[in-house]
Amino acid sequence: MKHIISLLMENEAGALSRVAGLFSARAYNIESLTVAPTEDPTLSRMTIVTSGSDEVIEQIIKQLNKLVDVVKVLDLNDGRYIERELMLVKVKATGPFREEMKRMCDIFRGRIIDVADGSYTIELTGTGSKLDAFLEALDKTAILETVRTGASGIGRGDRILKI
Amino acid sequence: MEDPSNPTTGNQCTGAEIVIRCLQEENVKFVFGYPGGAVLNIYDAIFNQTHFKHVLVRHEQAAVHAADAYARATGEVGVALVTSGPGATNAVTGIATAYMDSIPLVVLSGQVPAPSIGMDAFQEVDMVGITRPCVKHNFLVKDIKDLAATIKKAFYIAGTGRPGPVVVDIPKDITAQFHAFSYPETVEMRSYNPILKGHSGQIKKALRLMLDAKRPMLYTGGGIILGDASEQLVKLTRRLGFPITNTLMGLGGYPATDRQFVGMLGMHGTLEANMAMQDCDVLIAIGARFDDRVIGNPDHFFSKSRTIIHIDVDPSSISKRVKVDVPIVGHVQSVLGEMNDLLDGEFKAAADKKPEEAAIQAWWTQIEAWRSKKCLSYDRNSDIIKPQYVLEKLWEVTKGDAFITSDVGQHQMWAAQYYKFDKPRRWINSGGLGTMGVGLPYAMGVQLAYPDAQVACVTGEASIQMCIQELSTCKQFHLPVKVVTLNNRYMGMVRQWQEFFYGNRYSESYMDALPDFVKLAEAYGHVGMRIEKPSDVEPALKEAFGPKLKERMVFMDFLTDQKENVFPMVPNGKGLSEMILAEEL
Repeated sequence: MKHIISLLMENEAGALSRVAGLFSARAYNIESLTVAPTEDPTLSRMTIVTSGSDEVIEQIIKQLNKLVDVVKVLDLNDGRYIERELMLVKVKATGPFREEMKRMCDIFRGRIIDVADGSYTIELTGTGSKLDAFLEALDKTAILETVRTGASGIGRGDRILKI
Repeated sequence: MEDPSNPTTGNQCTGAEIVIRCLQEENVKFVFGYPGGAVLNIYDAIFNQTHFKHVLVRHEQAAVHAADAYARATGEVGVALVTSGPGATNAVTGIATAYMDSIPLVVLSGQVPAPSIGMDAFQEVDMVGITRPCVKHNFLVKDIKDLAATIKKAFYIAGTGRPGPVVVDIPKDITAQFHAFSYPETVEMRSYNPILKGHSGQIKKALRLMLDAKRPMLYTGGGIILGDASEQLVKLTRRLGFPITNTLMGLGGYPATDRQFVGMLGMHGTLEANMAMQDCDVLIAIGARFDDRVIGNPDHFFSKSRTIIHIDVDPSSISKRVKVDVPIVGHVQSVLGEMNDLLDGEFKAAADKKPEEAAIQAWWTQIEAWRSKKCLSYDRNSDIIKPQYVLEKLWEVTKGDAFITSDVGQHQMWAAQYYKFDKPRRWINSGGLGTMGVGLPYAMGVQLAYPDAQVACVTGEASIQMCIQELSTCKQFHLPVKVVTLNNRYMGMVRQWQEFFYGNRYSESYMDALPDFVKLAEAYGHVGMRIEKPSDVEPALKEAFGPKLKERMVFMDFLTDQKENVFPMVPNGKGLSEMILAEEL
């Protein structure tokens, strides 16, 4: 099952590679990983999307907690949470595509952030599955380039990951 | 008045001096190391100090092994010092060995000057990157202001919680810069707070299950040794009257000569230990990790149901390979102490009543029946020296009171089976990583820690050659280690597997062109002995451990049976109760 794990870690050189190294050394799946400093510049916040059985997820959480740089770990799937990912897609915008792409972008509540003679660049945020759905809805031949950030997650309501 | 033009007055020190003063603050007695370009400043500071003894090894791998053994034997944090590049990479095997067995170590490595990092400088290697998967933690010191605090953290992390090696990589320019020395008294890390005390509700739940058990079994590992919990374990085990087994890493945690001890378990464990593991109804695992060499095939292990209580300081050890029913995270000494207190207090009446006494008597009858099969018997009438016989005699001659280090292979298993360890920290071997070559440097570390103790390195003719250069270190530091080589002219364990599972095709496992070990020992300035007949075994050991050779290193080369195998054996992928016994072949 897919899990979103959030963690706070010391914002130090090498901290990211400790997490990435842990996943490869123990053969855990890693779908995406995002990391950036928080409002407290000594801390980084990371969101990891992974999958595995309950036992594997339990081990992943324990192993992450064991890393000396990791301050706190939370499995967002233990409660209600929000997940968002940003995607930039460059699509063909010539002939009939020019109108079609604008329409698709509107339907998915995306924004066209760059316009060129032959292409649009569309910005889209949402859950990973919404972004997948958008790509599936497009004519494959129209997609020139995609870039996705990987998911960021946060608990709903009073669920707060803070030290 | 300080002279501001002279930075060495007052509290200003070079980075190298800061390193030395940190080691002094940590009360380090031995540093095992090897100099080189990137650590020359540190070695220059060592030249003028008397706080610790520097032990010059002949290869950096041995420096780390020796520091590791020092830590295993004393419980203190071991310290090694190596230079950058090849010095650092040579140390990696030692670091990984210590990591797998959770040994507290601080390894200081030199690094090229900070501005040269990443420039492919001479003797540059990314030590922090290379060691990341085999350390508890590591640091690259980037600013002299952080040097002392980093070393303090390294010792703290290495020695607390589940111990492990910590690498501190120090660029050469930092060791030459000046800064005031101030050593922090305590360490506060928001990201590192090992859990020490077990959850009292869980402890009580476990005790209730233990008192209601009909076929209980205690299974303890290296955690008992590392956590200095042997005394509490003995008290608990005797109070409960349960059978107990130790893992390879846990030997000595409970006295092997005690009746309640059923021997080591696992791939080469005793019949009684493995059968009791398989058949028990309540299993109490303490400081052990259900390793693949211990429980065999997990599916087979679970073909019988049992309730498992697991006590460990590392939460990630719990339910890693085996799902447990009652997890208790905490320092084993503290948890066992609390259990003993409860058995003298709140649980006294329940324990005194012995609700399941009849069932436990029947369980012991069953265990004695397994024990009566004498799974460790071997041919005592052989004309060729049997390796088991050498170990039995070694135990007798040293009165069971020696420190035994070993290398890896058949001899290691025989030492574990036949040398009955009654005390913790006496059995020093590489259990997790299984590193051939550790035996001799391990013996050095132990002998330095306990100069008057009997220290024997049980090894084979293959393993000993992996760090044989350390015979020179033994000479320089007058270490009267006794090397017991079980020489069967084969990589014995490889040969055994080839015999059992590869149709007797002994591919590359024959040790050809062996040196004359007697002459080799003599060339290094030691005493060499070659023992070819069973009747000469005991006299040779008595002479080696006798008063005349007390101060000398003795290299004993026992020519043993080439075909002897280690039994019992749980073949790979089989279950604990599917052992091959000696008589079955």
